[in-house]
Amino acid sequence: MKNSAEVVIVGGGISGCATAYYLAKLGCTDVVVLEKEYIASGATGRCGAGVRAQWGLELNCQLTKMSCEMFEELDEELDYDGDTEFKQGGYLMLATKEKEVEQFKKNVELQNKLGIKSELLTPTEALRIVPFLNTDSVLACSFHQKDGHLNPFYVTDAYMKAAKRLGVEFYTHTAVKDIKVDKGKIEGVVTEKGEIVTNKVLNAAGGWAKEIGKLAGIELPLTPERREILVTEPVGALLAPMIISTSLNFYCQQVPHGSFIMGRGNPYEKEGLNQASSWEFLTNMSKTITQVLPVLSRIRVVRQFAGMYILSPDAAPIYGNVPTVEGLYLAVGFSGHGFMVGPMTGLLMAQHILGKETEISIDSLDLGRFDRGELIREPSVV
Amino acid sequence: MENKNDQDQVIVCRCEDITLGEIRELINKGYTTIDEIKRISRCCFGPCQGNSCMQLLMAELTRQTGKNIKDIKMPTFRPPTQNIKLGVLARGEENEK
Repeated sequence: MKNSAEVVIVGGGISGCATAYYLAKLGCTDVVVLEKEYIASGATGRCGAGVRAQWGLELNCQLTKMSCEMFEELDEELDYDGDTEFKQGGYLMLATKEKEVEQFKKNVELQNKLGIKSELLTPTEALRIVPFLNTDSVLACSFHQKDGHLNPFYVTDAYMKAAKRLGVEFYTHTAVKDIKVDKGKIEGVVTEKGEIVTNKVLNAAGGWAKEIGKLAGIELPLTPERREILVTEPVGALLAPMIISTSLNFYCQQVPHGSFIMGRGNPYEKEGLNQASSWEFLTNMSKTITQVLPVLSRIRVVRQFAGMYILSPDAAPIYGNVPTVEGLYLAVGFSGHGFMVGPMTGLLMAQHILGKETEISIDSLDLGRFDRGELIREPSVV
Repeated sequence: MENKNDQDQVIVCRCEDITLGEIRELINKGYTTIDEIKRISRCCFGPCQGNSCMQLLMAELTRQTGKNIKDIKMPTFRPPTQNIKLGVLARGEENEK
């Protein structure tokens, strides 16, 4: 194990692996990634595997649109020996309440202004995309063809392999025990397998980011919360887009491999790092989905799993440095969409850590916004 | 006599059609836990839920890594125990017809 590094990244998910790659690409190859389990073992590998640019906040639209463009080129960019399974079948978002319809109108207007070619559809028009959709409660839809799916394991694997080729070292099954801070400056990271002297640490620890923050003496305003997903047996291609609805509380897509994966939130979920599956989810999810997509009644569930949303107070990510601890950087609080902004997280954090001008400004996404009361609420989280 | 190449053709995972040779290649590339191999190859992800392939995968991991089988970490058990239709779950029925 290396005993010093220019940058130490805590967390082997999409954010950590992508940042490692872009750091190395920008010339900083003396980088170590520490992961307490295996690559993509946390929220990245447990997410809904969807990517969309249909957001209600300008910054989220930009981050996801630019990430989507990077996903389109990813296999070539990273010279991946596999296929990241990018399928751009679109996202079909369903509104069942007047308030939601109004939000969709605002969102589509904003998205179109930013070059995202989303459109509002009537329920009848939506049937052309998904003929077996039950539109009984649907008032309007919004659709964007370029949204879609990628395999989170392969995307993270691709970033890791490309970063490794450039010289980055990855230590899996290596938990961080302490972060040494002296006179407000990062001095090193203590792991269960040894110590690494460094002046720069990126906290990209997803569900465990709050704990990592505490090791460096800071309190992060994050709330990790369990979300559950189920997976069906693979069947022939049936559903092109991801279907998603805040008011109906679900998302569902068919991945290229043929399985349907679907999830929903539990309004009574407690804060915590619980990643166990529950029978309540299985029951509630199957009730919801067989109403919206009755054709799925005859498809079998093979597995369910759980992961975490790491919620920030305004459901937007926290990027940047920490004013009170020199050398500590954050890429945390993605509130359920860390995977889809992964490429931009990597690029922006790499540029920021190296003191370069960032692709787009990340000033408004800093930690200080919560103290200043400058929250930037994202209205379209499912 | 069976040679190594023949062994490589043996199907370990029937759901996803994965051979012993492919598993060996992954272990050589550094994917040395069931959790990692599962996610990168889909072995144990199919309708058998790992019931037929996981034991074979464990045995191969002990052979290739020299670890004792008791030191091979089992992945998390994922419900449901048996495949079940979404409609049956939604209606709260006890068995599939």
